[in-house]
Amino acid sequence: MSELLDLTAAAAAQRVRAGELDPGELFEAYRARAAAEDLNAFTWVAEGPPDKRARGDDPLGGVPIAVKDLFCTEGVPSQAGSRILEGYRPPYTATVVARLRDAGAPLLGKTNQDEFAMGSSNENSGFGPVVNPWDRSRVPGGSSGGSAAAVAAGLAPWAIGTDTGGSIRQPAALCGVVGLKPTYGACSRYGMIAFASSLDQAGPLTRDVSDAALLLSQMVGHDHCDSTSLEFEWDIAMPRAEHLKGVRLGVPEELVGSEGGVETGVRERFEETLELARRLGATIEACRLEHAPHALSAYYLIAPAEASANLARYDGVRYGLRVDGDADLISMYERTRSAGFGDEVKRRIMLGTYALSSGYYEAYYGTAQKVRTRISEDFREAFASFDFIVTPTSPWTAFELGSKTSDPLAMYLNDFCTVPMSLAGIPAISIPCGLSDGLPVGFQLAGPAFTESRLLDVAYALEQAIGFDGSAARLPDEVNT
Amino acid sequence: MLDRAQVLHVARLARLELTDEEVQRMAAELSKVLDHIEKIRELDLKGTHPTSHVVDITSVLRADEPRPCLPVEIALASAPEPIESAAGLGFGVPSPGQAPGE
Amino acid sequence: MSAVAYEPVVGLEIHVQLSTRTKMFCGCEVSFGDPPNTHTCPVCLGLPGSLPVTNARAVHFGLMIGLALGCDIAERSLFHRKNYFYPDNPKGYQISQYDVPLCRGGHLGEVRIHRVHLEEDAAKLNHLGASGRIHGADRSWVDFNRCGTPLVEIVTEPDIRSAGQARDWLIVLRETLRQVGVSDVNMDEGSLRCDANVSVRPRGSGELGTKTELKNMNSFRFLERGIEKEIERQIGLLGSGYSVVQETLHFDPASERLTPLRSKEEAHDYRYFPEPDLVPLLVSESMLKAARAELPAELPAERAVRFENELGLSAARARLLAFRPELGEYFERALAHDVPGVDAATIANWIELLIERIGRDADPAESKVTPESLVALAAMVSSKAVSRDAARDVLTMLAEEGGDPQKIVEREGLGAISAAEDGLGELVDRAIASDPAAAEQVRSGNMRAIGPLVGYVMRETKGRADGGEVTRLIRERLG
Repeated sequence: MSELLDLTAAAAAQRVRAGELDPGELFEAYRARAAAEDLNAFTWVAEGPPDKRARGDDPLGGVPIAVKDLFCTEGVPSQAGSRILEGYRPPYTATVVARLRDAGAPLLGKTNQDEFAMGSSNENSGFGPVVNPWDRSRVPGGSSGGSAAAVAAGLAPWAIGTDTGGSIRQPAALCGVVGLKPTYGACSRYGMIAFASSLDQAGPLTRDVSDAALLLSQMVGHDHCDSTSLEFEWDIAMPRAEHLKGVRLGVPEELVGSEGGVETGVRERFEETLELARRLGATIEACRLEHAPHALSAYYLIAPAEASANLARYDGVRYGLRVDGDADLISMYERTRSAGFGDEVKRRIMLGTYALSSGYYEAYYGTAQKVRTRISEDFREAFASFDFIVTPTSPWTAFELGSKTSDPLAMYLNDFCTVPMSLAGIPAISIPCGLSDGLPVGFQLAGPAFTESRLLDVAYALEQAIGFDGSAARLPDEVNT
Repeated sequence: MLDRAQVLHVARLARLELTDEEVQRMAAELSKVLDHIEKIRELDLKGTHPTSHVVDITSVLRADEPRPCLPVEIALASAPEPIESAAGLGFGVPSPGQAPGE
Repeated sequence: MSAVAYEPVVGLEIHVQLSTRTKMFCGCEVSFGDPPNTHTCPVCLGLPGSLPVTNARAVHFGLMIGLALGCDIAERSLFHRKNYFYPDNPKGYQISQYDVPLCRGGHLGEVRIHRVHLEEDAAKLNHLGASGRIHGADRSWVDFNRCGTPLVEIVTEPDIRSAGQARDWLIVLRETLRQVGVSDVNMDEGSLRCDANVSVRPRGSGELGTKTELKNMNSFRFLERGIEKEIERQIGLLGSGYSVVQETLHFDPASERLTPLRSKEEAHDYRYFPEPDLVPLLVSESMLKAARAELPAELPAERAVRFENELGLSAARARLLAFRPELGEYFERALAHDVPGVDAATIANWIELLIERIGRDADPAESKVTPESLVALAAMVSSKAVSRDAARDVLTMLAEEGGDPQKIVEREGLGAISAAEDGLGELVDRAIASDPAAAEQVRSGNMRAIGPLVGYVMRETKGRADGGEVTRLIRERLG
């Protein structure tokens, strides 16, 4: 089994296609590990082999995939980490999951997450927190904490999550794996239980950049069920860049400067990575993102506002939890939602409702959307002189469970470096760039819309130069196959 | 800056029932967050249009062609209170008490 | 008692269900009367993760309506979320249009249109309990078949000044939309729904009074009655020194009572914001062209104007014939016979006489009187072959038995008596002899006295004489 574990998803897929590895054996090996795990990374694990047997020519080679709980999977619990959807089994499957399944990546299990994708530590789950395989007293990040932890711990060869303000990139950074948020509209949102419609995007969490490219290539593409999905001739090639000659990298002072609040160890790994980039031939200069310091504020108005509407459907009428169905209608609504939603979700619903309410719309939501426009303009301007913008993914490494839960604002600061890219709808990737006090540090690269292939290429070159080894986080193999 | 009355009003709009302790806590937490967020109101944003859509696409339309519907048992599979009347299956709810739509 | 004269100020808010095959944002078939919850999908049920996709034909129909009403069509419009909680609203928000609607302005007849926009219909809430009505029901249940049906909302300016006018105007709107072909516009089935905004103000005042919103008027008669009662109520309040409270009222046609629907504290805060799951709707030249091409050549309001201006009909007659297509078509067919001496106004008059006989709501094309025979009868009057009075009797007989008016006249011996026939001159003499006083009056120039003399002749001839001819003869005789 440990041989199997050492294989990246792409390598495993290749072995399957070459007839050297039985996809059924691969599936069961991971399934057994996932079923026995104790990180609380999974909320549901497949009980047996997949219905559809992998074919020799499947691009994803029958390599099983862990899927964040909020993706609808027909007949399988899809709870978005919330008690209000406990046990809910949808009658349809999300487009992205169906595409991956049809490309040869069967469903291994559903991963734990912050409730309705609201959080940066996976401590907001209705089903208990996930712990970081690098240090179980610490958080894995969020909201795709389960997916990130599962990949880091070797419980799944690869996973998909969703990123609204950093929910793929930040847990990837804290768990020492690769996480990518694509251009907004690249992946279909049909079947993704919504948090913030104009920000949510599906993306891969993988062991390395090549796996991310392979997975992404099967996820992107227009979907007629999603009016915001892009019609674009995506050509996500397998990355192979060996140098970065001619690549211009920009470092935004507003995000990385001394007032940025970036932890020392994180800053050191970041600077070292910049040095590696220089040696590979890249040029590195300071760049301006004038409105980036306000991105968090804009985000924490826009996302909760959209969420307050997206979560209004959880009312105990057609599915999910219902409390006090014998009471009057309003009481039934109020008690159902109050019992079913956790504190962070309630906070954001309140914030969002307030931001949209009569008399406050212009001052809050309206203003936030204008700041968003400015941020998009800032990036466009920066990309006139730079190919990619680089930052630490997270200002700090994995923090201790419970250390930020009493201060929502402190928790929101986790997303300081990731939120601007979400607001602008541009693609960004986080790759592990080293350790600080034994905990992984993430390096973020962001590019203009539609530049995923190039982004992956640059990330790949850096990844090779960094030579990060995440195997220490992989759980020992205690299951005999 | 968010007082108790405002919190209760917003909670009612959002159909959330908060305990007294929650109302107090919510008022404090939301006020703190809003204090921080408020700073964007000091920015000079004259002449900037609000982003209403991040993607640069328009007029996504679908042909008026029927697609398969869910069988009624599947539609009601997760219903907390399926009701069978002479007409068929429906989603049972407490009566709203006064007539319609808002 | 109030010394102030008040005038009503009424605006209408109409919802029209479009007759597309599928719903506004999903591919479920639009239906009516089918077993509940048999036309649903994740989108119209508001299941987690579902997303809307706009129906092209609904947009097309919306454009047709906008063009038919002479509106300005927005080059770019947005969908918005209208947020509220109710069991018939599965997402907890309705996708509608807010400050950037599809159409603005326009008019139909004398009433201006404020706006026209697209939105989705709610589900149907049914109530268990004896009456099936919401008051007193304990349990309700929801049927999502209707949920998501495409709706066009039409809002008028407050240009209407009476309950009767509201009713008449809505009838014209319904006929217009029916001819445009975008909806069944059936109030019984709910494909046409109308709410009214009612206020009153002192006559001559330029300001608007506080308005109330009336709902639940699901027939033309109830609409008229409800508005009437509300106008009465408001005038009564103001006349007694009270003020009108802005509220929504439910009209119960049986008791004719108006009941407030919502408590005052429940303010409508819909928290509108642009729908992030949909993209802006750009209306292209080709979309407009396609919409224009499907409009009928002439809409009722246009037809009425043409009948009045080009064919010389009175405004009332023009409207009657233009707004009821069966009358309009019969009229055009009769006109097409192009008989000299029979003009459009005359034909219109005869059609009105015809429907008095066959029933005001009947279709003349289904009667026994063909347009050809109607025109022939009219021609006989104009050529004085038959008197006007006798012709009306002929029409009655035609309506009962059909056939050729000429033959009926001959059979009944109703041919006009003219001076050429011997009898008429004699009858005139006898009339003069029978009433010398009247004759003397006429002789001395008082034409008003001629009536009894004419009447004598008409009685004797059983109406067959031509009244005008008789008058002429009498005057001739008496100088």
